[in-house]
Formats: sequence, C-alpha cells, structure tokens
Amino acid sequence: MNYFKQDLASLHADLVAKKLSAKELTQATFDNIKATDPKIDAFLALNEDAALDQAAKVDAAGIKEDQSLAGIPVAIKDNIVTKDLTTTAASKILTNFNPLYDATVTTKLADAQMITVGKTNMDEFAMGGSTETSAFKQTKNAWDQAKVPGGSSGGSAAAVASGQVVAALGTDTGGSIRQPAAFNGVVGMKPTYGRVSRWGLIAFGSSLDQIGPLTRGVKDNATILSAISGHDEHDLTSSTQAVPDFAKDLNDATSVKGLRIGLPKEFLAEGVDEDVKNAILAAADTYRKLGATVDEVSLPHNKYGVAAYYIIASSEASSNLQRFDGIRYGYRAQDVKNLEDVYVKSRSEGFGDEVKRRIMLGTFSLSAGFYDAYFLKAARVRTVIINDFKAVLKDHDFIMGPVAPTPAFDLGAEIKDPITMYMNDILTIPVNLAGLPGLSLPAGFSNNLPVGMQLIGRPFDESTLYKAGYAFEQSTDFHLQVPTLGGQN
Amino acid sequence: MNFETTIGLEVHIELKTNSKIFSPSPVAYGADPNANTNVIDFGYPGVLPTTNKGVVADGIIAALALHATVEQHTHFDRKNYFYPDNPKAYQITQSDKPIGHDGWVEVDVDGVKKKIGISEMHIEEDAGKNTHERDYSYVDLNRQGTPLIEIVSKPDIASPAEAYAYLEALRQRIQFTGISDVKMEEGSMRVDVNISVRPVGQEKFGTKTELKNLNSFNYVQRGLEYEEKRQQQVLMSGGAVQQETRRFDEKTGETILMRVKAGADDYRYFPEPDLPALNISDDWIKELGDAMPEMPTKRRERYVNELGLTDYDAMVITQTKEMSDFFDATVALKADPKMAANYLQGDVNAYLNDNHVDLQATKLKPANLAGMINLISDGTISSKMAKKVFKAITNGEEPKAFVEKNGLVQLSDPAKLQPIVDDVLQSNPQSIEDFNNGKKRAVGFLVGQIMKQTHGQANPQVVNKLLMAALQQ
Amino acid sequence: MANRINRDQVQHVAGLAKLEFTDAQLDAFTPQLDDIIGLFETLSEVDTDGVEATNNVSDQLNVMREDVADNWGQSQALLKNAPDAARGFIKVPAIIDESEDN
Repeated sequence: MNYFKQDLASLHADLVAKKLSAKELTQATFDNIKATDPKIDAFLALNEDAALDQAAKVDAAGIKEDQSLAGIPVAIKDNIVTKDLTTTAASKILTNFNPLYDATVTTKLADAQMITVGKTNMDEFAMGGSTETSAFKQTKNAWDQAKVPGGSSGGSAAAVASGQVVAALGTDTGGSIRQPAAFNGVVGMKPTYGRVSRWGLIAFGSSLDQIGPLTRGVKDNATILSAISGHDEHDLTSSTQAVPDFAKDLNDATSVKGLRIGLPKEFLAEGVDEDVKNAILAAADTYRKLGATVDEVSLPHNKYGVAAYYIIASSEASSNLQRFDGIRYGYRAQDVKNLEDVYVKSRSEGFGDEVKRRIMLGTFSLSAGFYDAYFLKAARVRTVIINDFKAVLKDHDFIMGPVAPTPAFDLGAEIKDPITMYMNDILTIPVNLAGLPGLSLPAGFSNNLPVGMQLIGRPFDESTLYKAGYAFEQSTDFHLQVPTLGGQN
Repeated sequence: MNFETTIGLEVHIELKTNSKIFSPSPVAYGADPNANTNVIDFGYPGVLPTTNKGVVADGIIAALALHATVEQHTHFDRKNYFYPDNPKAYQITQSDKPIGHDGWVEVDVDGVKKKIGISEMHIEEDAGKNTHERDYSYVDLNRQGTPLIEIVSKPDIASPAEAYAYLEALRQRIQFTGISDVKMEEGSMRVDVNISVRPVGQEKFGTKTELKNLNSFNYVQRGLEYEEKRQQQVLMSGGAVQQETRRFDEKTGETILMRVKAGADDYRYFPEPDLPALNISDDWIKELGDAMPEMPTKRRERYVNELGLTDYDAMVITQTKEMSDFFDATVALKADPKMAANYLQGDVNAYLNDNHVDLQATKLKPANLAGMINLISDGTISSKMAKKVFKAITNGEEPKAFVEKNGLVQLSDPAKLQPIVDDVLQSNPQSIEDFNNGKKRAVGFLVGQIMKQTHGQANPQVVNKLLMAALQQ
Repeated sequence: MANRINRDQVQHVAGLAKLEFTDAQLDAFTPQLDDIIGLFETLSEVDTDGVEATNNVSDQLNVMREDVADNWGQSQALLKNAPDAARGFIKVPAIIDESEDN
C-alpha cells in the first residue's frame, strides 16, 4: 500500500464498503514502511502490534459512514507523547522514554479511531530545519535522498511524501511543519496559536508551538485539523473558539473569487531563489485568474523576525528543557559522584549541539543584565511584527508568499553554519510570532525538487486558507506529482 | 554610638485548598511519599499547568485581609533554578505583577500602635521535600505544587519585638480568613528574616544578614535580638557586617554562620507562557470581600467597647477565628460576655491544651457553654457545680439535662430554704449566742450546717441572706 | 574574535544552564554564539519606545480550573520511570549545597 492514488475520502469509502479492512490497510502500511524506510528513514519507532490490534478492533466494531477517519493509519511526530509508545523528541536524553500519558491530539485521533502506526523522526526537540539534529537517524528528502527533508517535522513530511502514510502530525514553532511540507511537496498547516491543544507536546517555545497536520492534499489536511482542534481543559492557552468542519466547503475552485490577497514585497526580496520567486508569481497569476486580486503589500519589520524569534524561542526553550536533569526520568549519566554531576553530565551527554546552542542563547538572553536588551526587546519587536500583520490583514483576506527561500538543500550543507540555517526560517517565523495560521502547499518545482507556497491568514481563519489552497490545488497539478523512491514506483 | 535596626520578613503561607495550584493532585499531608503526584507534579515532558481558581481567590482574600491593593492585571512568571525538589527546574511564581501590593497591618508593642507596611504578596507553588542521608538524598514530590502566598514586608520593622508582633498580626488576620492554618510548627507558615543595623542618622541601610531555621515566633524574636546585638558589636569594634546567611541555634540562642553570599542569584525570571494573564474583576473582588469574616482588630474593638471585655481578654479571645466565633455564638445565646470570655480563656483553653486539640475538633458547642453560663447566672447551679457541668459539655452533653439528671440543681427558693435555716438555728443556739457576742465566724459554721443538710445544693447567696436576716432579728 | 560574548561569559552561562564544554567545544561555540548575538543586536534598529511586550498570543484570558482534587494514580509508574528510586522516593546522589528556595 502506498497512498499516491488514495486520499482520506477514498480510503474511507473502501473501508465502509468493506473492500478493504482496517487491518489489511494497517498491515499494508507497515509492509510499505518497511520496504521504503531504509531509503528515507522517516520513522523512529513503529507501533506494529498495538496498531494491528487496534485495527482489528475497529473492524470488529464496523466502520460507519460518519466515522471518516476510522481505521486509517496516521504517523505522529516524536515530540508528541504517546502512552506506552516511546517518545524521545529525537534526543538521547529521552532514549526509550515511556511518557505514561497521551497528548490531547493523540487521544483525539484515537477517539476518531485512527491507527497510530509510529513516531516520526525530527530535529532534536524540534530545533533545526533539516532533521539533521536528530540524535538517532538522518531522514532523507522523499524526492532526492541526497537532500534534507527539511525540519523539524522532516520525518512526518517525508513519510507522507513517500506514500508511507496518508497523514501525519507535525509541530511548528518557527516553520517546522510548513518548511518540510514545502521541501517534500506536501500540504502542511500551522494552525492559529491556541487552535490545537499543546497538552502532550514536548515544549520547545511555548508561546510559539502548535501541532498541525501534514497530508498530500488540502482537503485531507482540513479533515485532520478539524479532528485535532478545540479547547482543552489541560491547556489553558487553547482557544474556546468553535471548530468548523474545515473540509466541508472545499468543493470548487471558484471560492477565491473577490478575495483580496496581499503579497509582501519582503517575501520576494534578496536571498529568495529565482525559481521560488517565479513559482509564487505564477501562483499569484493563478489566483488572479480565479477572480482574486493580488496586491503588493509590505511587512516592514519582517527581517527582524529571525532575531526576535531566536531570542524568544531559545529563552523559552532554555527554561522548558531544564526539566531534563537526570533526576526523575530519562537519561542519567553513569559516572556521577554528586548531584552537580548528575545535572551537568546528564545534560551535557544527553543533549546534542544544536539544543545546547539554543539553551545557551536562551539562558544568556534571560540572564541578569541582559534581559532588557534581549528578551524584553524581542518581546516588544514581536508586538511590532504583529502590528505589521494586522495592518495588512485588515484589508486583505490572506497573505501569500514562499515558505522557504530555497528548495531542499544538500544533506550536511548548512548544519555547520547556524546563522544560515536560522535565516532559512525568515518567511515562516513571523507567522509563529504573530500566532497566525499558515498553510504550506505545493506550488512548483525547481530542478525536480518541490517548491512550496505559504498562505497566511487572520487568527482562527484557517477556513479561508483551506479554501484558497483548495482552489489553487484544483487549478494546478503540482500535488499530483509523486517522488520515485529509487525507481520503485 | 546609637543604632537603628531594620528588619525585613518574608512569610510563606501554605493555602488550604483541595488541589494543587497548577495540578489537580490533592493537597494532603501524611501520605506515602509521592502518592499525591502525577505527570504534572513530576514535570513530565509535554505537561502544562492549569491555574487553580481557588488559589487566586485566596490570594485576593489575603490581599484584602492585609489592606493591600489587589493587582487586577496580573500574571505568573517563571523563576529558574535547579534543585531535586524543583521538578521543572523552574518555579511558577509572580514577579513583576504580584496579586497584591502596598498593604499593612497594625501592631501594638507595649501599648504603642504602629502600622507596618507590606510591599507585596504573590501566589506561587511550593517545592517538594528532600531528605538527606549520608550518600544520597531522597525526593518526595507530594508537597510540590502546594499553593503558597509569600508576603514581603516593607523595611518598617525596627525591633525584634515588632517583628514578633507583625508575625502575630499577620498570622491572626490570615487565620481569620480561613485560607490557611498558619501554623509554624506544621510548616504552613514559614518565615525568612533579614536584619541590618546602622548608626542613627546614616541614610544608607546597613548590610543585611539572613537568618534560617526559625521555627517559632519566639525563635524569630530571639534570633533577631542576638543578631541585632552581634551586628552592633561588629560595627562598634570598627568591623563591617558581611552579607551572609546565618542559622539560629535553638539551644544556645546564638546565630551561626552558614555561608557568605557571593553575589546575587540569577533566577532568569520571565513571564510564564503556558498561562494566560488574569484580569481580576471588581465584581470578584467585591464578592470575596463581602464574604470575608470580621477581622480580629474589629472584633477586639467590639468586645471592648460593646461587651465590656478588657483589652487582654479581647486579645486572648481573638487568637483564632474559631475561638472568636465560639465566643460570639455563645454571647449571642445571651451568655454573660465576661463569663464566656473567662470560660474560654480558662477551662476551655486548659481542656484544649491538655488534649492537644483545636476547638473545632472537640464536642464543645456554643449552645452548651451558653446554657451552662446561663444556669450559673440564674442561680440554678453554683460555680462549684459548674465544674462537673463543664466536663459534661466537653462530652457534648446538654447542660440543663445533665444538671437535672444528676440532681445538681441549686436550691435558691427562699420559701424552701427558710425552714432549713430555721431548723439549723434552732439546733445551734450556741452559735446564735456567739454571733450576738460579735463572733462573725459563727455564720460560717451555720452556713456549713445548712449546706450539709441540703447536700451542697443550697444557693450560698440566698442562704447568707436568709441567715443574716434571721440572726439580726 | 569574540567581542559581544567571551569565553568566560560562555562558561558562566553554561554554569547557569548546567552544561559543560570542553576547551575545544568552547573554542567553537564562543564565536558562533557571538555571531548569533550580533544578529540579535540588529533589533536595536527597531524603535520600540512605548511598545508593550507580547509574551503570549493566546486569545484566552482568565481561564482557571475549579479547585477539585483528582489523584490520577500515576505514582507507581512515575517511580518506575525514575533512573533511581527507593522506598517510594526518587533517589539522587547527596545534595551538598543546602540552599532552600521557595
């Protein structure tokens, strides 16, 4: 089984019609993962026995018309906790860690009777943009195994792109769903901050983190987002806003008629690859042809997003990751003589370099004498960036632009140079700072590598982004192209 | 050289809520180690705190009780430090917008009244407990997340005696609100103190030292008295006070150097991103304020001015809200206030001390104390008989029924007593003669005879009156 | 090399974060951190006079939990996950520093 010709709706129809059982589907999924994963290394852990048991139960109960996700396999990024299934956030410090409880999104997927097939690889604690900081393995781009899959949700993106699963969950703190989705030619949604509960998401930057779906198509993405969204009593920052059935109105391509779209000139500025720029300009023409207007707008403080983000995210991370101290769970260094050793050696041996770099930056930014100049300044610049978005979104229904300045780069090319790596997030980061929804979807190719487009909406207006994404998808064929994994398919 | 002293107190008070401040785990004492913990209390990856509304309410109540301004736009902050009893390696507390600020309490030291300022109070989570053994420490996280209020005084306290009075005033007011047991011996009230001295007239404060291990108000006062003298002596001998932490030795009454403070700690405070800000409404503050019980100072005024108690009696009765409520309820049932106060300070307190119980844990009821006092007042029983009745009411018995059942009713009816008086006089002519010869002692003998005849039930006042009337005829 | 942060400061920050670095790591880290802090300093170009800080972009305000106790019964499993535990306690090598914090 691979999912290149199937979507949620067609799988659901087959399951309801009993052309396929959930168990057969799940088994076929594992068979395919085992066949393809040696090439792309998307998974850190497989949940084979439990998943097959669960699928059998779903079959026994029967799948009804209205259970649109029942019996369908899904993959979960490894920084989302899953009870009795190891959760490591791709860090040595959580090797073989059983988190004892389920994330709210995990519970919601289980309630929808989706089958969790495994945990996907990622940058360690979601810190990175290439999945190269994982302590365990290197995931490859589904389109070219010499390229990075992007990150930090590189495993989830590659798993969906290569047809291993029809849907996966990722997390996005500064672009970690949208950028790997773009690099792998799939659809990824970073929802509005608070749309999806963070309970059970191993925190990186608490005021920025959101969980969201990665899928092949826009409609599937919308279906999954509806299933995982909503207020959660365990996460007081989760919104009480009603959750629409996002997929319901995705029926035709004309729904963008009359919409006003802003295209920030800063999004096509210096540093953005020509092919990427051209793909976005072509997409703008597509939208015009569909009856929308596309105006050039300005987000004048966009370029400060990276600095503000790396201060805020690293500061929050430095505090969030202090709990990994070798005392209550996870890795404890062996050669320890006293408590200080437990702390320093467990953490120094357990964390990788990029995580240490962020902890150092965050600790520095919060430390006595530097707080005002760094953390507080960044929090104020964040307000300025939010105001830029507000001004544009006041008279534009959404903003469009690239996801990343370039397509996927070579494995090993940027990991040694943190600043270049950080600057890659320049187009996705401001969206997290402002807490807005951002949709990434395929919009072209550059040297046989996918190019992604990003749509940024008003708070809690994922609906408009999905409508616009769907309209674009129906008018183009980028999403229909599939990678060939070593010529196998 | 004359010195003036500046004392600062940081008081931590544990709140009596059902659940922890950021986790639904129960707040309970004496459980097995780690029995009242969950993934939140253990600081597991992916968990999030949820603010207990009851704790915020208690914070507002404390602010109101201490005449502080409630900060209506408040939030939580993280204080970062590593310690095994601090599972997240940060404490959720309040730093830049504490829930209350600029409060005060009034103290009375040797008849001099003074207002002592409170700079701020904030709500926060307690840490777990470490038990240290030789090579290992053992961590119990049951206490982790227990809600605390920290109350920080302004540098208004000028003597160890004022520090004691401040703590007592604070304890009483908080105790009356019911948000905490405020017992130092049980750890529900903890006190950190700092003290500095400076020559009179010097503008700059002297160098502070901190004192630890102060397990009672008495030790606070004694520790400060020792430290005050020690610092004065250091300065008089031309030395300089070091910024250091010292431990109070309960046996010797001295303070001992623990460690010298090397620079300030760097806790890297920043706003807690996992918890939305709080906007506390006027309505909520009013609702909590309206439900607040009358504070001890108000009650003392009422007891002295309206009920005629002495200042001392009023003070003793207002040690705890339970005692004061008991008193009010007893008086409301028409018991004589002075007698009610005497019984509460005397027999009731002795009973509580002997049995090591709190008033609310006994079978004593205001109705029964009032019933007993009223029986004394109307002459039904004598104060001597009342001893037996008091014992009965500590067992929850109704005094009137007890008195009747045990035949303790005092004979006060002159019509019934007159024949007995006449009888005794008739049988003791010698005593009448003695009385007429000026021997007043004879009266005592005659009273004794009457009491004997009545098995002690005669009302001595009535007997006296009847006897004197007969003798003087 | 370093002009915004030097090796000693990096060591100090590592101490706060309970991390340790070898000399070689410090040699590599210090200029990297210095460059990144240089990037941070570009924020001084933004005029933020009178601008409120944003610490949270949640649309929620005043959300609280009712004070109801609920024991999730996780204590045994939590202790089983600890690297070292005894008699119901989490066990750690002796604490030398006696600082107590609240």
